[in-house]
Amino acid sequence: MFKYILRRLLLLPLVVLGVTFLLFFLTQHLSPEARASLYIKDPRQMGALEEVIAKYGLRDNLFKQYGRWLRSAVSGDLGYSQSANMPVAQAIREYLPATIQLALVTIVLVVFFGVWFGAVSAVKKDKWQDHLARLISVGGFSLPIFVLGLLLLMLFYGKLGWFPPGGYSLSTDVTIHLPSFHHYTGFLLIDSLLNGNFKIFIDVLRHLFLPALTLCLGSFALMVRVMRSSMLEELNKDYVRTARAKGLAEHAVIYRHAGKNAIIPVITLASIQFIRLLGGTVIVETIFDYPGIGRFGVTAAQQLDIAGIMGFSLMVAVLFVLGNLVSDILYTAVDPRIKLND
Amino acid sequence: MTNSIWQRILKNKASLCGFILVVFFALIAIFAPVLSPSKTADPYQLPQSSYEMTPQAPSAEHWFGTTEQQYDLYHGVIWGTRLAFKIGITVTFFAFLIGLLLGAAAAYFGGKIDEIIMRFTDVVFAVPSLVLAMVIAAMLGPDVHNMMIALTAVAWPSYARLIRGDVLSVKQRDFVTASKALGARGPRLLLRHILPNSIYPSVVVASLDIGYVVLTAASLSFLGLGSQPGTADWGQLIAMARNWVLGSGSHTFAYWYTVVIPGGAIFLFVLGWNLLGDGFRDILDPRQG
Repeated sequence: MFKYILRRLLLLPLVVLGVTFLLFFLTQHLSPEARASLYIKDPRQMGALEEVIAKYGLRDNLFKQYGRWLRSAVSGDLGYSQSANMPVAQAIREYLPATIQLALVTIVLVVFFGVWFGAVSAVKKDKWQDHLARLISVGGFSLPIFVLGLLLLMLFYGKLGWFPPGGYSLSTDVTIHLPSFHHYTGFLLIDSLLNGNFKIFIDVLRHLFLPALTLCLGSFALMVRVMRSSMLEELNKDYVRTARAKGLAEHAVIYRHAGKNAIIPVITLASIQFIRLLGGTVIVETIFDYPGIGRFGVTAAQQLDIAGIMGFSLMVAVLFVLGNLVSDILYTAVDPRIKLND
Repeated sequence: MTNSIWQRILKNKASLCGFILVVFFALIAIFAPVLSPSKTADPYQLPQSSYEMTPQAPSAEHWFGTTEQQYDLYHGVIWGTRLAFKIGITVTFFAFLIGLLLGAAAAYFGGKIDEIIMRFTDVVFAVPSLVLAMVIAAMLGPDVHNMMIALTAVAWPSYARLIRGDVLSVKQRDFVTASKALGARGPRLLLRHILPNSIYPSVVVASLDIGYVVLTAASLSFLGLGSQPGTADWGQLIAMARNWVLGSGSHTFAYWYTVVIPGGAIFLFVLGWNLLGDGFRDILDPRQG
């Protein structure tokens, strides 16, 4: 186990190197002129194109250019993002907490509703509740999140005006940039409470709700399936029969005995899904104009902001590989029959 | 064996629904030139009755209404179906082919070749596929062909892993040893004996991924990193609806059709493939249920 974790941790830099090199290689698809023009804001300065190419060494060979990017990345300088109008490292610091916050709220919703629907569906197997839960789960698997997002926006913002898009409202924007507001963690949900400002907490939560609900969709379907089959398996076990035989009330049998055991695979799945959500945030944050890392990545890609794209991919790769390692470890912690070796 | 699988698929209500949906869309794709004849050289280019921004509700002239800039939604949905099949089949085919070559090579030769190929798949797997496809599509420039290249580039590693595993297990079987004893060597052993006995399950898995490929393609187009505006592409149609979801004034749902019609098409298409896929998985792997 320890050897496995060590091996994976040693492989991590290699994988990250591979990903960044692969993407860097792809950026070479753009001509040096095209890449240089990204540094030029004013069309009248187009004459300076050759100067920019020379200054940043855009005609050097691939390895030399990649080496230069890598050296500065290691020292914490990821370049300047044209699309976000700030250094890439600063953009990541600013946007990442919002995305993690979004993913956390989403996973809480997914687990809560997934466990609920899955358990009901197992207990009421082949009754209408079961069919309904399965229908929602198959449907949820097939509805693209951008369609659901737009429909929810139509209903909850357009019609009802309950949940506005964006990350927070204007008044919050003003307050959190006042010197009196302390950014302890970077997570607005936590910082607002630490500052004792409950209004901001509610405001942030209101803006989080729709993106989180939309993001739920794909994971929710899987969660219902896993909870349902896990619950069905537990309900057929001997200890459940014993509990029933000794006269325990049915709801106690279901929730305190079977439910407790059935929830184990759900928790593991949740940890994996948490990482998977990162892919989904790209779309959801774009729809709801939510100021997270996904929207940053999309804008960088749309505007061919190479420094932004590289920084974004680097960060996603690190998070993704680490997250997968953590969920592998969680698997063994929860189910001792699984052995990590290789 | 194949016959009984199809019989079981058609007996199950859910997978039967999936089968019907897929066939329905396949018919639309095949008969697209009849259902919505094109007046331009490129049928995937949407006809535009004017350059007016505001979408128009369904009418006798435009059965499904028009979206932003008067692109006809009916033509978009019909030819979008054809494009969806084109993208889904092309991407899956090439991704499978690449995965087959690399996966089989890794398993057959082992050693260093195996290590290099599999570490390369690790690299591709290290980034969520939508994110990687998004970056590749952005670098290549947004159009349908580049989008297909990007989707293929992120899809092949899972097939490579799958086929590597299959080939490794088949390699151990007695009949391979027997044909080795009879003198079969190298490519002949791999192509004539091992592959035909190992790829069937992977082929099924791959073909059922068409729904997922189309979903990812639609996501790319929605983000503006896929087809050009005005293409008969479901994701593109929904991207154009983005500005109209809040309706006009007090009438919130005024432009519902710009989202619901292309959105419904994607939903039903992907649903069909998913239902069919579930059916196949239940039959091929009875342990999951």
